[in-house]
Amino acid sequence: MSTDLKEALFGYTLRLGDTSLVLGHRLSEWCGHAPELEEDIALTNVALDLVGHARMLLTYAGELEGKGRDEDRLAYRRDVFDYRNHLLVEQPNRDFGHTIVRQFLHDAWAVELYERLCASTDTTLAGIAAKAVKEVRYHVRHSGDWLVRLGDGTDVSHAKVADALGRLWPYTGEMFERDEAEQALVAAGIVPDPADLKAAWTARVEAVLEDATLDRPADGWMQKGGRRGEHSEHLGYLLAEMQFLPRAYPDATW
Amino acid sequence: MYTQGLDAKTEQGAQPSPRLVTEQDAALQGRFQERVDAEEKIEPRDWMPEGYRRTLVRQISQHAHSEIVGMLPEGNWITRAPTLRRKVALLAKVQDEGGHGLYLYSAAETLGVSRDELVGQLLSGKAKYSSIFNYPTPTWADIGAIGWLVDGAAIMNQVPLCRCSYGPYARAMVRICREESFHQRQGYELMLALAQGTPEQKRMAQDALNRWWWPSLMMFGPSDDQSAHSAQNMAWKIKRFSNDELRQRFVDATVPQAEFLGLTIPDPELRFNAETGHYEFGAIDWTEFNEILKGNGPCNRERIEARRKAWDDGAWVREAATAHAAKRKQRALKKAG
Repeated sequence: MSTDLKEALFGYTLRLGDTSLVLGHRLSEWCGHAPELEEDIALTNVALDLVGHARMLLTYAGELEGKGRDEDRLAYRRDVFDYRNHLLVEQPNRDFGHTIVRQFLHDAWAVELYERLCASTDTTLAGIAAKAVKEVRYHVRHSGDWLVRLGDGTDVSHAKVADALGRLWPYTGEMFERDEAEQALVAAGIVPDPADLKAAWTARVEAVLEDATLDRPADGWMQKGGRRGEHSEHLGYLLAEMQFLPRAYPDATW
Repeated sequence: MYTQGLDAKTEQGAQPSPRLVTEQDAALQGRFQERVDAEEKIEPRDWMPEGYRRTLVRQISQHAHSEIVGMLPEGNWITRAPTLRRKVALLAKVQDEGGHGLYLYSAAETLGVSRDELVGQLLSGKAKYSSIFNYPTPTWADIGAIGWLVDGAAIMNQVPLCRCSYGPYARAMVRICREESFHQRQGYELMLALAQGTPEQKRMAQDALNRWWWPSLMMFGPSDDQSAHSAQNMAWKIKRFSNDELRQRFVDATVPQAEFLGLTIPDPELRFNAETGHYEFGAIDWTEFNEILKGNGPCNRERIEARRKAWDDGAWVREAATAHAAKRKQRALKKAG
């Protein structure tokens, strides 16, 4: 693999890893506080899967980079401007409906992505995707089912998820952005074309929104910046909490 | 995590009401006791004395509540676990506790009470849960100490429950014990990493041991002469060993583990008695235990408030799920009709 391609793949893998980690972290905030016991266990399951994906992806990113950074070095010793996650996943939990909308918009993207990454010409990435896709298929069913329940539940639940959908929709454009580096990865058959992903994602999302009796928001201005390290104010607090121990005791191993 | 401390005093529920003891009842009781004595499992549809049923409902539901409330002190560190491996392990552990709560509520439901009713008792403050969870987890070492000591004490109590006379409870405990012993090893391994780490980490580990040691000993409940239901529960084979026997077993197993860690048990009177082969330990301060039972522990209010908040905040979600299920059913009926 050429150095440029390797660097592009490092950036791509890091972005996926950060996105999984930050979303897994957000979901883990629910543990012990969900609306019912079964759902507490289910959300924690998804959180566990996502942190598991993050570990594989960050480990691989560290190997591609070749500077000796492992999963923990990458997770715990980078500041906000070095994080590459989508802005969508760093948005705070607010209520359960907001959490479900955020999750579904992400899951519908992740399942389409991992299905395609299984055929990547990069065998490590294909291997990670093959593992992740089984879990992500369950995630999208879980969040999609809840979105339908809440959208087509009571007036209160409908209003809550409709509001969350409106708030979060502007963060969905970023998932399909493409730049030169990604273009090269697409050309090499390493990653799927974001345009294909967008079409598949849109079809999936529209079908569930219809079942949920929710209107699809218009594609207006889209918030961007996550892939360049330009984040919302929320990520700093998330990292301050997550990174507290390794930052406070820099010489310690745990 | 079940604690025998819960079956102490105050509640009279376990005593069979005298008016029930008719001749027929006496015959049924006799047959019941024979089955228990023969180590047969009692199943949900079998006849059982009312006191036996009530004792089990109380004990199993308190155990379930303890699992659910127990998610909170450890959940406090999920977002701050210092490595991704530790984060995954802690998430999985807290999730297991939720799972234990589920099987235990199901076991209690076989005795004719609903989960909603039991959860209602927890939220109203009527039902108890293990007092150990009313202590705070201010540092990361508390996660190690809970796994090592609290789960360690819970295992001592729970392993005999795998042979409890009530089938559904015994079977739930088999699964729970397997997971608890994994948690205990994980907690000890976490403590070991701290004890072998930097001086600051070792200090953190010692501090956690200082705070969790005595509360862990209290988890076994009052001394045998103070424990209200011991004799009857032993006869019913709900309980197999006395509080003091189990506490001694725990101390004997744990002191060498602390020595291996290079940590000091906070008890100046602790010493090994070569004649008996047991460790002797200082007197337990039951005033603190009783105050926590009364609601005066450092976190009693926060724990229940957190459970109530989760329940209240989730009300609209549960209502939506019910409403949606009803709509689907309606639509299916329309389609069929």
